[in-house]
Amino acid sequence: MSDILLTIDGKEVRAKEGMTVLNAAQSSGIFIPTLCHHEKLEPYGGCRICTVEVESRGRTNYVASCLYPVEKNLVVRTRSEKIDKIRKVLIELLLAHAPDSPQLLEMAKEYGAKSVRFGKEPSFCVLCGLCVRYCAEVKKKNAIAFVDQGPKREINFIPEIASKECWNCKECFPLCPTSYLQAAYVLTQGLVGFKNS
Amino acid sequence: MARINSAAQLEKVRKDIVLKKDPNKPCIAICGGIGCLGGREDLIRAFEKEIKKQKLEGKVDVRVTGCHGFCAQGPNIVIYPEEICYTKVKPEDAQQIISETVVGKTIVDRLVYIDPNTGEKAVHQSEIPFYKKQVRNILGMNPKIDPKSIDDYLAIGGYSSLAKALLEMKPQEVLEEVKKANLRGRGGGGFPAGLKWETARNAPAELKYVICNGHEGEPGAYMDRAIFQGNPHLIIEGLIIGGYAIGAKQGFIYTRHDMPRLRENIDIALEAAREHGFIGNDILGSGFDFDIEVHLDVGIFVSGEASALMRSIEGKAPEPRPKYTRTAVKGIWERPSNLNNVETWANVPQIIGKGADWYLGIGSEGSKGTKMISLSGNIVNSGVVEVPFGTSLKEIVYDIGGGIPNGKKLKAIHFGAAMGGSLPAELIDTPLDFDVMSKLGAAIGAGGLFVMDEDTSMVEMNRFFLEFLADESCGKCVPCREGIRQMLRILTRMSMGKGKEGDIEALEELCEVGSLASLCALGKTTSSPIYSSLRYFRNEYEASIEDKGCTV
Repeated sequence: MSDILLTIDGKEVRAKEGMTVLNAAQSSGIFIPTLCHHEKLEPYGGCRICTVEVESRGRTNYVASCLYPVEKNLVVRTRSEKIDKIRKVLIELLLAHAPDSPQLLEMAKEYGAKSVRFGKEPSFCVLCGLCVRYCAEVKKKNAIAFVDQGPKREINFIPEIASKECWNCKECFPLCPTSYLQAAYVLTQGLVGFKNS
Repeated sequence: MARINSAAQLEKVRKDIVLKKDPNKPCIAICGGIGCLGGREDLIRAFEKEIKKQKLEGKVDVRVTGCHGFCAQGPNIVIYPEEICYTKVKPEDAQQIISETVVGKTIVDRLVYIDPNTGEKAVHQSEIPFYKKQVRNILGMNPKIDPKSIDDYLAIGGYSSLAKALLEMKPQEVLEEVKKANLRGRGGGGFPAGLKWETARNAPAELKYVICNGHEGEPGAYMDRAIFQGNPHLIIEGLIIGGYAIGAKQGFIYTRHDMPRLRENIDIALEAAREHGFIGNDILGSGFDFDIEVHLDVGIFVSGEASALMRSIEGKAPEPRPKYTRTAVKGIWERPSNLNNVETWANVPQIIGKGADWYLGIGSEGSKGTKMISLSGNIVNSGVVEVPFGTSLKEIVYDIGGGIPNGKKLKAIHFGAAMGGSLPAELIDTPLDFDVMSKLGAAIGAGGLFVMDEDTSMVEMNRFFLEFLADESCGKCVPCREGIRQMLRILTRMSMGKGKEGDIEALEELCEVGSLASLCALGKTTSSPIYSSLRYFRNEYEASIEDKGCTV
């Protein structure tokens, strides 16, 4: 299959059919910040930090580059006033959960995000789903899952599975962009709950 | 019932049904909408009992129909053949109605609707101001049919559009007719249905699907269930025609798990349609095969979003996915899937039956046909109405809706609930039109209209919408989940008059980021009501900043 030609930040980029804009950018050395993305996992599109501006058929849209498929003659901008504003607000929203996350603080510096913009939230978890998806897609154990929805959404270990699988694995801990303490804490809670019941 | 294999057979069956029906036989049509039938069982039983008591069994019919629309004055009954209309009927009225009106052919005065403005009595629906200004091309069928009876639907010409499409038109011609009629999706976006159909039709795939979105989860929106429960065959007929035009052999109906009566009517209708050969193989001898399956939601609002709905049909959690490739190209199981909502499908049979030229004669320049609206809030006549596009909001609120109760002043007209927008009273002359209203920041959405009087606090109302969205967002993406969380915090303190400097700017920023960067349509539009109220009612937000005192 012939290559697809597109433009990212003014640079002509060759990509293969089926690649995402993020893939194409990475393969030609163009940096797009990400948070919930992991090369071993299916693209998720949850954090929206990788949002870029695309121009296609005369229309400008804001899309998650980790999911948007490359197309012929697509014009992509990875930075613009709007993109920077989007990333700044997203980081501020996440800092309300994890004000000490090194990864978030580094991005905050780049985009001018203030750590105290929004009211603090008691959970460190930013619900990027890396632990949940890693456990499901790579380990195929589903020991940790999302529960509830909207702002009430949280991660929870399934005690019956976690008690068997987690102590010898813990591969999800280093994936956590905020601090693996959250995962450890929730895991312990899950196991204690299991014991007590 | 033997299956029908040709247009001639269909016509014969229809004639036989009409011949068998004595047009002079009295019939009491009782409205039984989806939300209110529960309380109306005793009314139905009262009439049945009374018929027995007065030894009129077999001589008088009781027909439990779908919603008539005039909910504020319900229960409504229509007595045929004279089409006498009574409102607010109670079980204890059954005896008098049967002896005096059905048998005695006289009017029971106290049950007749009186126009509160003129004091005039209205004996027939057509004389009641609420109905007078409506064009009830779709809803008007409801009082005439028992939704459980396919014969009632066939008697008023049901499935003749299907016969016309399948036997006299090529799929491409059906598509062209719908395109020409400029049928626009009634589910929210107003996207031209014909273009979506064409995309699905042209998408290269052997298996394609057509889907009816009967989820209708928007608060204050109940027009889809009024028509779906009251006239399920109409929707089914539209869906089959759509399948034929697009080249799909499989249709899905996606609806709510918490409306068992609707499900019951759909199931009965599907079974009857199958028995008659309107679904199954070689429909009406045309060679076209088509089947329909019903799927139920899992109880969250976002299941009505197109991509979430399709995941739900696949058996997965109804979490939206990005639609960078349109669902009309890659939807259910990555196959072309054309989704339209109930009201859109309900328009299809009349477009095919009466033709696009007839349809183009109704409505405004860019929005054709009629629109069903559910009226609620501070309005005298809450209920379901159907008007041609182009009707002014003033006519809807005052002439049909009867105006604002308790002598209050109108403050705002809100469309589209938690993802819609509010127009101030000064814009009451705005016509009901997809494009005009969208430009003003109050997209029609699915057609739920809230009327708000002068006592309404816009800040409090938006706080309420956010509370709803907080329960209904799936929580997957940051701008929607965290944006709602923080906006709700801000509006909660504002509604208590404790807003802080910078809160309005923060709201504006969160609205902008939410609308640009969210994953699905829900996230992208959570900001719409706040946007529109900041545009027209900004002073109320300013007054909610601490020490400035809330005006309302």
